[in-house]
Amino acid sequence: MQKIMVCLKRVVDYNVRIRLRPDHSGVVSDGVKMSINPFDEIALEEALRLRERGLASEVFVVSIGPSDCQQQLRTGLAMGADRAVLVEEDGEVAPLTAARAFLKLVEREQPDLVLLGKQAIDDDCNQTGQMLAALWDRPQATFASKLEVNGGSATVTREVDAGLEVIEVELPAVVTADLRLNEPRYVKLPEIMKAKKKPLETLTLGGLGVEADTSLRTLAWNEPQERQKGVMVSDVPALVAALHDKGFFN
Amino acid sequence: MSKILIIAEHGDGRLNQSTARCVSCALQIDGAGADVLVLGDDCATVAAEAASLQGVARVLSVQRPENAAPLAAVLAPQVAALAAGYSHVLGPSTTFGKDLMPRVAALLGVAQVSDLMAVEGPRRFRRPVYAGNAIVTVEVAEGRPVVATVRTASFKPSTAGGAASIESVGSAAALPGHSRFVELRRGGGGARPDLQTARVVVSGGRGVGSEANFTLLYQLADKIGAAVGASRAAVDAGYVPNDMQVGQTGKIIAPELYLAFGISGAIQHLTGIKDAGLIVAINKDPEASIFQAADIGLVGDLFEIIPALERALG
Repeated sequence: MQKIMVCLKRVVDYNVRIRLRPDHSGVVSDGVKMSINPFDEIALEEALRLRERGLASEVFVVSIGPSDCQQQLRTGLAMGADRAVLVEEDGEVAPLTAARAFLKLVEREQPDLVLLGKQAIDDDCNQTGQMLAALWDRPQATFASKLEVNGGSATVTREVDAGLEVIEVELPAVVTADLRLNEPRYVKLPEIMKAKKKPLETLTLGGLGVEADTSLRTLAWNEPQERQKGVMVSDVPALVAALHDKGFFN
Repeated sequence: MSKILIIAEHGDGRLNQSTARCVSCALQIDGAGADVLVLGDDCATVAAEAASLQGVARVLSVQRPENAAPLAAVLAPQVAALAAGYSHVLGPSTTFGKDLMPRVAALLGVAQVSDLMAVEGPRRFRRPVYAGNAIVTVEVAEGRPVVATVRTASFKPSTAGGAASIESVGSAAALPGHSRFVELRRGGGGARPDLQTARVVVSGGRGVGSEANFTLLYQLADKIGAAVGASRAAVDAGYVPNDMQVGQTGKIIAPELYLAFGISGAIQHLTGIKDAGLIVAINKDPEASIFQAADIGLVGDLFEIIPALERALG
C-alpha cells in the first residue's frame, strides 16, 4: 500500500464544557481549547501504525475549515504524518461539503486507504466517511475496532449494536475509527519542532471547484431540558420503597 | 403533503423495534403514515411484521441474495433508486442506520439530519449536538428529499393493529462486489432482554471493579428481567463487551427504569440515558456527578447493596 489519507477535524476539546453564546447563535469558541476530534486522532494513530509496520509508505493528513485548522494539522504532523493539506473555508462546513472536498483530494492523491473518525464530537453527525465512500463509489467500513490490511483488501471488525461484525473490503476504501481501535500516542517536544518544517499545503473550496452544501440550515441553538432534581435515599429499604412508589416491582 | 419511506432494520428474520419507532416519528411528520422498505434475502416474516404496524401504508420488499447481510455499500444504491418520489427517507439511528443512511444521502446529493429527536414541522426538526449539551433546530431546504436518522429513544414504538399491503419490488440497481460480510460475533447480552428495548436496565461502571464482579449485576438483572448495560469505563477496562456500552458513542436508550451501579456519570454517559423514565444511581462517592442526573440516589457500597436489593425485589 502506498498512501493513506487521514481526515482531521478541529473541534472544541473533549474536556471543555461547552456554553451557548448569549444570542444562542452557536457555542462560545473564543478562548476555548481546540483539538483534533478524538476519533480522527485514533484514525491517524492507526495509519501511522500501518506505516510503521511497513504496510504503507506515506501518511498525509487533510482538514477543511478556517486557517486555524493548521494547528491541528501541525499536531497531526507532530504525531508522525508526512505532510498536510488544508482546504480553507471560513463558512460552516456540512459533512456533505467536507465529503465533496475530500473526494477532490482523493482524486488528486489516489490514496489506497482513507481513515477518519466515525463521528466528530461537536456536531455528532457520523456522516462524512460514509458520504465520501458513496461519492467515491468505494467500500466503507464504519465503527472499526480492528483493521487488518492484507494486500489489496482489508479485514475490518466493526462495533455494531449486536456485537462485532467482520467485513472484508477491497482497497481503496474508507474506514472510520471507533474508540477501541487503538490508543493514540503522545506527542513529544522534538516532534513538535520537527513538524514545523513539514510541508503544509493550503487550498480553497472554490479552488477545488466544490460547491458548499446548503440544504440543511441551523435555525436555533438551545440548552437541553434539565431533569427535575432527584432525591437521595439512605438505605436499601428506602430505595425499594421509592421504587414501589414510582410503580416498579409492585 | 409528505411521502415518507422508512428503511426497515431486521436481523435473524425479525423486524427490529427501531423500525416501529421510526414509524411513530413518520406519523408526527405526516399523519398519513409511511411506506416501509425491507431489504433482505428472505423478507416474508419481516415484511409481515412491518405490515402489521399502525401507521404503515405499504411495505415494499426487495428480496435479493446480495441483501443477506446489511452492507451499506450494497443496500444504499437500492434505497437511493427506490427513494424517487418520496419527500422523506428515514432510518433508525442505530449502527445499521448510521452506517447506511449517510451513504444514501450522498447518493441523493443531500444533507442528512442525524439523530432526529423531535419534529417541529415537515422539514423542521430538533437534534442533539455536543453529546446532548446543546439542541439545534434545523430545517431542510424545500425541493430536496429529507434524509434522516431517527433517534429511537425519542419515539415510542408504533403498535400492532395495522394491515398494510406488501409489494414485492424489483431492484435494477447495479450492486458493487467490493464489500463482503464475513461474520457477526454476538455480544454479551445472551438470553437477557435487548439493551435498546428493555423496560429495565441494570448498568455498571468502573466501580464494579472486574469482569467477575459483573456477575452480581447479571444476577440482579435476571432476577428482575432487566437488560445489562455499562459505561465506557467498564468497557475500556475489559469488564464487558463493547455492545453493552451506553452513551454518546454507544447506545442511546430510554428504559422506564435505569439502575446505575458504580458509574461516575460522565456527560458522555448521561447523554445515553437522558430519556430514561427513572434514573437510580448507586455510588460510594457522594460527589459522583451521576447523582446530579439521578432521580433517586443512594450513597453506598454496591457489593452490599446489590445482594440486598436482589433479596428485596426477588
